[in-house]
Amino acid sequence: MTLTLTQKGETVEESKILEKGEIAEDEIVVPCCDAANDAGSVVVASDFTLYYGSKVGVKNINMKIYPQRVTAIIGPSGCGKSTFLRSINRMNDLIPHVRTTGCLAVNGQDIYDKRVNLVNLRQQVGMVFQKPNPFAKSIYDNVAYGPKLQGMRNRVQLDEIVEESLNQAALWDEVKDDLKKSALALSGGQQQRLCIARALATKPQVLLMDEPCSALDPIATTKIEDLIGQLKSRYTIVIVTHNMQQAARVSENTAFFCLGELIEYDETGKIFTNPRVKQTEDYITGRFG
Amino acid sequence: MASEKQLSIYEDSTAAGFSRPLLLTPSEDLKGYIAAHVGRLLLFGITCVSVLAVLFIFIFVIRESLGFLLGHGLGGFLTSTAWHPESEPGEFGAVGMITGSVYVTVCSLLVAVPIGLLAAVFLSDIAPFKVRQYVKPIIEILAAIPSVAYGFFALLVLSPLMQNELGFTTGTNILNASVILAVMALPTIISVAEDSLSAIGREIREASYGLGATRAETIIKVVIPAAHSGIIAAVILGMMRAVGETMVVWMAAGNANQIPSPWWNLSAAVRTMTATIAGDMGETVQGSMHYRALFAIGLLLLAFTFTLNMISEHLLARARRVKGGGK
Repeated sequence: MTLTLTQKGETVEESKILEKGEIAEDEIVVPCCDAANDAGSVVVASDFTLYYGSKVGVKNINMKIYPQRVTAIIGPSGCGKSTFLRSINRMNDLIPHVRTTGCLAVNGQDIYDKRVNLVNLRQQVGMVFQKPNPFAKSIYDNVAYGPKLQGMRNRVQLDEIVEESLNQAALWDEVKDDLKKSALALSGGQQQRLCIARALATKPQVLLMDEPCSALDPIATTKIEDLIGQLKSRYTIVIVTHNMQQAARVSENTAFFCLGELIEYDETGKIFTNPRVKQTEDYITGRFG
Repeated sequence: MASEKQLSIYEDSTAAGFSRPLLLTPSEDLKGYIAAHVGRLLLFGITCVSVLAVLFIFIFVIRESLGFLLGHGLGGFLTSTAWHPESEPGEFGAVGMITGSVYVTVCSLLVAVPIGLLAAVFLSDIAPFKVRQYVKPIIEILAAIPSVAYGFFALLVLSPLMQNELGFTTGTNILNASVILAVMALPTIISVAEDSLSAIGREIREASYGLGATRAETIIKVVIPAAHSGIIAAVILGMMRAVGETMVVWMAAGNANQIPSPWWNLSAAVRTMTATIAGDMGETVQGSMHYRALFAIGLLLLAFTFTLNMISEHLLARARRVKGGGK
């Protein structure tokens, strides 16, 4: 962030403009990430900061997320881990008065550039939400929704994608005879796997999971975790979780967020056995405030 | 392990200082029992008043119209357009009024439904929170304007406009009544449809955006289908408002007992069932066949709105279930 604000008055003025939802032209000039060219990482955040109005959501995040791995984000409630996750496919745009500084690059492209094609971004960076949220449509139509948005009309192709996605989400065997049934008739765990299948159907590169198991019972949770293990060979997965055991079980890398800042980011094994930062250790051992 | 003494700062067990007894005395107990039961009976009775009112209205209307239905039968009533209740023998054909009611209802819905639904979509998904906060109460004020005031507007503004500017032979006609009825049905339609659209959770919208849908795609393919029960209910409630409205159609529809010819001629004057009842009731002899025929029209209206009401209740219940994530 090289935007220099010399006087207090200027700072206030700028935030006023931004609150109206306009984009400050100067911000485009920020040289976006040398890190963006960094080979080998899919998502690169450099000095990424997000504000809700005047409140800070996440602050100065510098983080690289690597492909074909599960990266877990842990931290206490309200620490900005979901905010950061939702920044990666710009879901925060839906909230009024959000603005960002710094840079967040996906596949080398700053996604907060004005010219970014949000449709393509979101289809390549899929998302699974905390609460299973299937549409009030049939199972088939839920999965086919994304491909249909891309303009796919060919029935045979659609059938293929639906079967493939449901297979990948380990749901095909349970629903193959009931594809026309309402998705709302499925159990919670099945609904969540359906939502994963729906996200996979758009052929994403990155899959963002926002506490995908927090509304599920232990058995459904086990299934989703197994599924994450199977998916990571093909996708880059970023998972936000409240459950530290889950992070330890499913992820290769773990990031610890606190009060909107990235405190520590390392291999999961190191974070859980030998964290560098005292705060991380306190949180993991349960001594956190 | 600490003894009980050490856990308490007080020396003896009453030291916590409960100054009032924890048990009811027998008389207090009795008083409470009586108060609870009398109160419950009283409230039950008061609630029954409105239920009984519905029942009595049905009984009353059926009883008054029975003489007509037995004497003349439904045959002529539902097939003929000739309505000469005071001639000898009287002719009681209600088809003209039924078509009149259908015309103004359908035409008003053709105007009100598109406007109402688009406004509801705008308020629920597009307008910023602040706009919704101010606009919705203003729309609901429309529902509080007395229908006579709407009637004035129809007679004194729309009617001359149609006669002079559009060259209609009469200013009071189907179009005039329909436009006014549409405005009157709008608050109901907007309000109920907006409620059911807003009830579709943020999660569902996010799921759609997350799959790369634009706002328009999200609204059309996800939000509206999910809210369809509530939207249909909104339309039916608006329809009931239009079917049952009396004052405005009496003032604005022209009161000519005829079927428009050709059928698309919306500048024709018509007479609705409600306007016939309101207009004729003062001139009939109580207990005469004319009087009973009016009750038969009332019964027809009642059956119609009753059916619509049942359908809308059913749909709204279904909309609530869908929202609750049921099956």
